[in-house]
Amino acid sequence: MLLSRVAESVYWAARYLERAEATARLVHVHTELFLDLPKAAGIGWTPLLALTGSGEAFRDRHHEVSEEQVVDFLATGADHDGAIVASIARAHANLRVTQAILPIEAWEVLNELHYWVNQTRNQAVDRRTRLAWTNQLIRQCQLLSGLLEGTMSHDDAYAFLEIGRGLERADMTTRILDVQAGILLGQRDDVSAYADLTWMGVLRSLSAHQMFRRTVGSSVSGPAALRFLLRDPQLPRSVERCLIEISRALLELSRHHQPMAACAAIQQLLERADHDSPDGEGPTATALHEYSNRLQDGFAALHELLVATYFQMKPSTSTVLLPV
Amino acid sequence: MWDDYQSPGCWDELLVDGEPRDACDGVVRYLMSLGDELGARQEAAELAIRSMGITFTVYSEATNIDRAWPFDVIPRVISTQEWERISRGLVQRLTALNLFVDDLYGAGKVVADGVLPAEVLATSVNYRPECEGVRPPQGVWAHICGSDLVRDADGTMYVLEDNLRVPSGVSYMLENRQVTKRVFADLFRDLDIHPVDSYPNKLAGLLAALSPRPGDSPVIAVLTPGVYNSAYFEHASLAQQMGAHLVEGKDLVVDGDDCVYLRTVDGLVRVDVIYRRVDDLFLDPEVFRADSTLGVRGLMRAWRAGNVALANAPGVGVADDKVVYSYVPALIRYYLDEDPLIPNVPTLLCADDSDRARVLSHLDEMVVKPADGSGGYGVFVGSTATADMKDDVRRRVEANPRSYIAQPIIRLSTAPTLCDGRIAPRHLDLRPFILSGEQPYVTQGGLTRVALNEGSLVVNSSQGGGSKDTWVIDPSVSAPPRHPHEGHSQS
Repeated sequence: MLLSRVAESVYWAARYLERAEATARLVHVHTELFLDLPKAAGIGWTPLLALTGSGEAFRDRHHEVSEEQVVDFLATGADHDGAIVASIARAHANLRVTQAILPIEAWEVLNELHYWVNQTRNQAVDRRTRLAWTNQLIRQCQLLSGLLEGTMSHDDAYAFLEIGRGLERADMTTRILDVQAGILLGQRDDVSAYADLTWMGVLRSLSAHQMFRRTVGSSVSGPAALRFLLRDPQLPRSVERCLIEISRALLELSRHHQPMAACAAIQQLLERADHDSPDGEGPTATALHEYSNRLQDGFAALHELLVATYFQMKPSTSTVLLPV
Repeated sequence: MWDDYQSPGCWDELLVDGEPRDACDGVVRYLMSLGDELGARQEAAELAIRSMGITFTVYSEATNIDRAWPFDVIPRVISTQEWERISRGLVQRLTALNLFVDDLYGAGKVVADGVLPAEVLATSVNYRPECEGVRPPQGVWAHICGSDLVRDADGTMYVLEDNLRVPSGVSYMLENRQVTKRVFADLFRDLDIHPVDSYPNKLAGLLAALSPRPGDSPVIAVLTPGVYNSAYFEHASLAQQMGAHLVEGKDLVVDGDDCVYLRTVDGLVRVDVIYRRVDDLFLDPEVFRADSTLGVRGLMRAWRAGNVALANAPGVGVADDKVVYSYVPALIRYYLDEDPLIPNVPTLLCADDSDRARVLSHLDEMVVKPADGSGGYGVFVGSTATADMKDDVRRRVEANPRSYIAQPIIRLSTAPTLCDGRIAPRHLDLRPFILSGEQPYVTQGGLTRVALNEGSLVVNSSQGGGSKDTWVIDPSVSAPPRHPHEGHSQS
């Protein structure tokens, strides 16, 4: 028996944790890419802002986009939802109100993480300490996931944790594809010598590079990487896999018909994606952008149905008296 | 570190003339043998508190709502024999108080027989006419009580006040023990320190027994005002340890059948017992404050119909009014025909003309308290008050005498406390918790609160107070502890 309010908090906590981790991965990989590629490759920091969907919020405040400003904004910016420190704080605040159902070990790790990001926030900006910082953050997030997986009963609350995580993962994957891949595809005719390197960066920021090599075998190309990140049923951060995880978790819950249908609708979008690129070179940048937007609309619709079904139920319309 | 330790003319809980008291022998010798390492243990304790997320909340700080729980690593020790005596006194007191409240909202004999003057009742801000005629299960209104005990310079333990409405602090008692077990693991092996961990289990049992649907495994909820309440940490922690639902008012709904339901992801689920940590006046906007968003509309209806049990019952606060407090010894004699086992602090009622005259002419020696206050707010301590503060309290008392009581300043006992790397005496009190169920239960010790500022007598955590773990030890069975740096024997 799970309170609606608690379910909602767990769901948001999972989303914020995933968002913090994904943002740390992006910063990490982009920093490495920036160090590796010559200036001529024209790798700047602006794409990173678009990747987290926070470009607008950033431009409201800054004119020139320097590395420090961007990283500072993404890691410690206090006043937008995407920043790592803010995401950890929100996850902490959400799980704080659900302490009663959270394993104590997991709560302790989250406390330490919350304390740590605040103590060390400056290390995120300085390039010399940044990679160690993002690594540590990713590890702590992973530790927390592992602890929850291994110590929390896989009950309804855990289902909401999985749903929140899956939805945020899928969302972050499409954000990365939407903008970064869109830009790269737009430059397809330039025969950029670095296109494969930047595509590897995309795979790496989703921890998918090694798995791509193992699963796909071929060398990294835009269309292959795209297909892998959207449709591979086994890669943890592919959109398809995230939807599988969400559906599985939904099956554990009562009254899941509408959210399940929303999940299926997104999966249909994924299936149709292959037909969009008969030439084998992948969709045009515009088509990919529109397609990603459609996926994100699908995620938003799923979110709304979760809210209506589980979080904001009206007592007069949904009275179900359970024998206890 | 310990050589120049001296209590300022008060009773010290651990030492007398530089020597350990009876039950403290093992503890004190161990602490002394630690030398400077004691500071490292204090740091370890603070680290544990931070990682365990033990916090309390200060009302006025909007941005930084959580503060680490201030804790002193040196425990306070009480002998089993003394605790046995105190426990019996507390159970006696609570038995009488429950009979009193039940009588007040029922037949009213205590007033008819002239034991409690009618005007005390008539002017009590915590009397709730809405509760008249209600008979809660077992006739118990105050299921959970936290009474504050203080010890005067001559060693006498007094009850300073009873907290019957929403007493807090018990989870800090539990957490303090977790911390000292981490920090003094080697000591727990050797000393016979009574465990405190059974409290959540006893509380869960008490609450379950109140269910209006006996035979089921009842649905129990802890009703909290929410994450901004100063005791939120405790609400969450107790709910977790009892396997109860931690709920806010908006999680509950009273349906047309006058039953209370939880909003869950599966739909509505009926609640049997609510351990409410929301004050009476905010419980139900239908009956009490209409602007309350913390309560549940219709909750009083459901309670009066017997469809849900509330612990503590609404209206119980009438008995922790500090004017009523002064009548408790008389109430014990009246209901139980026994002499009180623990005395009250002598109390002067400002509503009484001769008492008030004495209070106002001896302000230097008095503590003046609001009759219906709690949390140490609005307490005037004569010995440290400025002339302005005295004028102010005089005005307030004269304008509203029923709202104030006065007591002689008790020179609260002290215990050695680690302050900036040295050991200094600090004043403390003790809040044990008493459960009034089918079998009464008193915690082993309780929450020791300590005033961390030198000379201060105010122990509330909201006002610079900290806490210590409280160890009830039987001196006759405890083996002398090993020196911490001695290893196990090699044999």
